[in-house]
Amino acid sequence: MRCDFADSLLQGYFDGELSSASAVEFERHLQQCTHCPVELVDMDLLSERLQIAQLYESAPASLRKKIRANLRPVAAATAMSQPLRWHWLAAAAVLLLLVIAGWRVNSVLRTDDYQAELAEAIVDAHVLSLQSGHLTGISSNDEQAVNGWFKGRLKFVLPARDFANDGFTLQGGRLDVVDERSVAVLVYTSTGHLINVFVWPTQGRDTSAQVGSRQGYQWVDWRKGRIEFCAVSDAPTSDLQQLQRLFTN
Amino acid sequence: MNDLDAEDRLRFEQLVLPHVDAAFNLARWLLRRREDAEEVAQEALLRACRSFHGFRGGDARAWLLQIVRNTCYSWLENNRPRELMVEFDEELHPQPVATPESIAIADEDRERLTRGLETLPPRFREVLVLRELEGCSYKEIAAITSMPIGTVMSSLSRARRQLCSALTSSSHKEAVREV
Repeated sequence: MRCDFADSLLQGYFDGELSSASAVEFERHLQQCTHCPVELVDMDLLSERLQIAQLYESAPASLRKKIRANLRPVAAATAMSQPLRWHWLAAAAVLLLLVIAGWRVNSVLRTDDYQAELAEAIVDAHVLSLQSGHLTGISSNDEQAVNGWFKGRLKFVLPARDFANDGFTLQGGRLDVVDERSVAVLVYTSTGHLINVFVWPTQGRDTSAQVGSRQGYQWVDWRKGRIEFCAVSDAPTSDLQQLQRLFTN
Repeated sequence: MNDLDAEDRLRFEQLVLPHVDAAFNLARWLLRRREDAEEVAQEALLRACRSFHGFRGGDARAWLLQIVRNTCYSWLENNRPRELMVEFDEELHPQPVATPESIAIADEDRERLTRGLETLPPRFREVLVLRELEGCSYKEIAAITSMPIGTVMSSLSRARRQLCSALTSSSHKEAVREV
């Protein structure tokens, strides 16, 4: 037996895809219907079983190797003179090595809603910056120069720092918009990975590092001294955590 | 992959390559065999690379998965057309795969779920895999499968119901065997 009235709404409700008005309407229906609550429980159990069984199958190393073999000869044959481009090439190579080593992205985000939404917006901004090629408003590894560029453009003091000695080279900075809010972005490279550190003022208290991943990118978020930082990259989470420690020390 | 200029190639590496796992996973569940999935995923990546200059932003994962899906369906049409016709075949047994991976599947429930998923018609299997394993939104699934959102929802509904009943009947059969 099933409930025809609710069938279309049931899936949307379960998957969190209904508008809030439809969700309220459906919840009202749930209180009277005898079938829908049962089916919701079934769907929930099924979903949980699918998650626990870990059915996701990552690409085998042999596939990555073949893809790399297809890309590499062309990439190697292309002369790159600009230093940042060279870094991107290295980033791709290191990325491939890492994934071959079995590094796997956990696409499941287990944090609260605020952070899930924030991560979504931040990762989108990160991807957009890669797509548009607009990475830096000022391209420099000089702390003073970068701080000077931000001064007057920001309402807070930005702690631009170069950590080249620790493996994180400052490439520059830019202004960006995340969730309709202007933010500052510091750009680093580390063993070839490009890292965007989004920075904006906050009223919240200091927090330790929160980590997550989304769509193949890792993020680490923390607050210190009324400033919130969120580092995003295809680099491993442990690298981002190391950068976070450098910032907070 | 000679068609991309240097800049596009770097964008391809940054935007598309992080989704190789997603590409393989979808192909694996659509084709049911890892060897076939590897071959077809590689072909799909080649196609993606060739048409990448036409990609102007948006969701790179959905864009890639759309290509993977189309490549899988063309492959099925050429190699196993019967699979595209079955609506729901309870007797359809997964093809025996003697790979170390399948032998290593120790978890009984995992095996049961795998078998259950594999008995679903591809069009139901894919929405479940995209939703439950890949975590795609309805909008993303609609983009990947070129189906209207309403169809995504009704396919998910039927897929979940069929999987539930396949699981119930398989555990029932096992119970009978044990008796």
